[in-house]
Amino acid sequence: MLGKLDWSAIPFDQPIPLIAGAIVLVAILGVLSWVVVKGHLPYLWREWITSVDHKRIGVMYILLASVMLLRGGSDAIMMRIQQAVAYQSQGYLPPEHYNQIFSAHGTIMIFFVAMPFVIGLMNLIVPLQLGVRDVAFPTLNSVGFWLTATGALLVNLSLVVGEFARTGWLAFPPLSELSYSPGVGVDYYAWSLQISGVGTLVAGINLVTTVLKLRTKGMNYLRMPMFCWTTLASNLLIVAAFPILTATLAMLLLDRYLGFHFFTNEAGGNVMMFMNLIWAWGHPEVYILVLPAFGIFSEVVSTFSGKALFGYRSMVLATMAICVISFMVWLHHFFTMGAGPDVNAIFGIASMIIAVPTGVKIYNWLFTMYGGRIRFATPMLWSVGFMITFIVGGLTGVLLAVPPADFMLHNSMFLVAHFHNVIIGGVLFGAFAGFEYWFPKAFGFRLDERWGKLAFWFTFLGFFITFVPLYIAGMLGMTRRMQHYDVAAWRPWMIVAAIGMAVLTIGVICQIVQIVVSIRNREALRDRTGDPWDGRSLEWATSSPPPVFNFAFNPDVRGEDAYWDMKARAQQQSLERDRPEYQDIEMPRNSPTGFVCAFFATIMGFALIWHIWWMVILGGLGAWATFVVFAWRDHDEYVIPAEEVAAIDRVNLEERGNLVSMAGTV
Amino acid sequence: MAMTATAGHAQADPHHIGVVTEHPGPAPKRIVTAYGFWIFLLSDIVMFSCFFAAYAVLSGQTADGPKGSEIFEQRNVAIETVCLLLSSFTCGMASIAADVRNRFWFYLGMTVTCVLGLIFLVIELREFADLVARGYGPSRSAFLTAFFSLVGCHGLHVSAGVLWLLTMMAQVFAKGFRADVLRRMMCFALFWHALDIVWVGVFSVVYLLGSAA
Repeated sequence: MLGKLDWSAIPFDQPIPLIAGAIVLVAILGVLSWVVVKGHLPYLWREWITSVDHKRIGVMYILLASVMLLRGGSDAIMMRIQQAVAYQSQGYLPPEHYNQIFSAHGTIMIFFVAMPFVIGLMNLIVPLQLGVRDVAFPTLNSVGFWLTATGALLVNLSLVVGEFARTGWLAFPPLSELSYSPGVGVDYYAWSLQISGVGTLVAGINLVTTVLKLRTKGMNYLRMPMFCWTTLASNLLIVAAFPILTATLAMLLLDRYLGFHFFTNEAGGNVMMFMNLIWAWGHPEVYILVLPAFGIFSEVVSTFSGKALFGYRSMVLATMAICVISFMVWLHHFFTMGAGPDVNAIFGIASMIIAVPTGVKIYNWLFTMYGGRIRFATPMLWSVGFMITFIVGGLTGVLLAVPPADFMLHNSMFLVAHFHNVIIGGVLFGAFAGFEYWFPKAFGFRLDERWGKLAFWFTFLGFFITFVPLYIAGMLGMTRRMQHYDVAAWRPWMIVAAIGMAVLTIGVICQIVQIVVSIRNREALRDRTGDPWDGRSLEWATSSPPPVFNFAFNPDVRGEDAYWDMKARAQQQSLERDRPEYQDIEMPRNSPTGFVCAFFATIMGFALIWHIWWMVILGGLGAWATFVVFAWRDHDEYVIPAEEVAAIDRVNLEERGNLVSMAGTV
Repeated sequence: MAMTATAGHAQADPHHIGVVTEHPGPAPKRIVTAYGFWIFLLSDIVMFSCFFAAYAVLSGQTADGPKGSEIFEQRNVAIETVCLLLSSFTCGMASIAADVRNRFWFYLGMTVTCVLGLIFLVIELREFADLVARGYGPSRSAFLTAFFSLVGCHGLHVSAGVLWLLTMMAQVFAKGFRADVLRRMMCFALFWHALDIVWVGVFSVVYLLGSAA
């Protein structure tokens, strides 16, 4: 009846996951009951859960990412403490638990923090920058988000029901095969990634179509803001790479569930095929994450330097070059596995070549700042911090791209430090810069600068205190994923790293305080103009937060930096004089399709993990029925009457009037 | 902010190279939907290509089990291929019928497509069942693993296609040729033709090359 599920799945004998699970459960129940008692549930359902508005969905993606960042961060703290204390002792985490923690940490940070964060920012901003009213497929957008949330839910469920994978974040076979990992951990891992992977693919298709087919009048390709370009590149990579992940995990699951022999040691299975397939997805994946961050930095640096982006066309070219080359370097993840010197040399050279367009970008940002009037607001701090950090990470990457050096450093703490260097310094700093930069756009008030700067400095310094010791430990021969060790030389570095982790944690706390303080002082921080940073692209041409239809009129774009251009030209002409007649606007209706579909997907995923076959069929039928019901509805759009559009827009224009008259001085 | 198009955009574009053609604005819904679906199909083909790659890597790994030439029956494969190619033709007919809003030819075209799809699936399932009964199931060897997965993945797509087809017919029955129904019909047709293209690959790589070896 319940497949493999019984009471033994709950780890009563392990206090840490149980207590953590209990706290999470209490927190969730607390929030839920608060929502219900206060009567917010109908509001949440109408305005958020069933929303197909790209801005709302973007905000929910970022909220999911932030919550998961706390979960993944807790794992990181536990690992740093373990390695600080587990010198010639077992520490406080038993090996099977420690293995789950580093696997969960990697899985969560990549798939449920970095991915939703960047997809959320792209969702929130790209349609605004393109000057359009929504993404190409609004309901599918909601489906994509909720499927991602399903994946996150399943991963966290494994904390209390069953176990998580002990295989590392990519579940290499044969360790991840049934014979070596008989529990449900790998199944939790694989099914949550399969489900959220569908969500990511949907988001990718959606954003590619949006950028290529939904641009406002005059928004030629070479007038798009840089963030739109990097969004395009990143989502092209999603469309091309995520199916590989889906296929690879499907093969692993077939091995585990039906006794197939893709990656087994017996009957001719080929383990190396898994390495090739997973990294053919895995390497593009890092560019999927970092390209949008590059776009964010481009926007931020140009805005806060008060200059157009230096070398716009070379930036476009570099972005697309990275998009293509990122598919040609995957083998550098396993130089040591015997492909031979010729193959290794080719992939080593390709890996160094991909550093060239990245270097072009760095120079472009520096030259954008050169001669500019730089304002060191928080987003700009994150951007400059990124340039410094990312160059270090990039250089250690080029070092690892040299096969002989890689033979020394493969799977060492040096590697761990390297990829944290690029992912924290690149993706996370980018996400934070984008968060600070676009928060006023999403919510209508700025974030507190003082706490923002504190958060930056603690994170920035904490990062180096944590990860420089890991570089050193790596060069002293320490390998990754060690539950305990006996080498005295590593010990001091592990202790320094743990201290760094504490500093990083203070940074995270500062971010939380910043949000709380800003919400409290929101009236003082209110952004009435819609353009708090003196921005250059179209998202600043509408109010903060934007009305549901984004723009009362689709803007007409005449050059790069569309909004800057408008502001400059508005000096001579009055805004309102040329305002044409307001017209009715059709917007897509909200739909619970995404939420209901994800509900069934959760049931199906859980049932698949625990081999509850009747429930699998039930979940599948439910998901299909949801789509049929959706396809059957008769009205998929509603009309906002012209008077309402006019009323909303006039308020915005009035507030903006002052700003525009001041723009002449710039 | 309201701007009427004027001449001289070339000057407004700082990097103008010759003539700057003005982007006309968001594409109509039909174009957007079809475009998005094409991108989905490309991603689906990437997924198939992984299974093709796995088959290419593993096809020699028979683990003392049967080779392809010992188990493939070319007559069955020929019938399957004819069914699928014909069904693409009838699916095309149904699409045309939908475009000119002719219910009779639409239902006829879809029904024949469905029947041909089902015949294909029955033959494939019988082939699979027969192999399993002879002890040549997917667990027998890595070659059979890759074979069952690649061909089965295509078969699953055809099954999903049949389900979609029936849903589509029901929807035309209930809602008529509405704009959104027509857009879905267009996506379905694209899907069905794409499966044909994938089958040409399966036919060539698995059955033709396999039988020769």
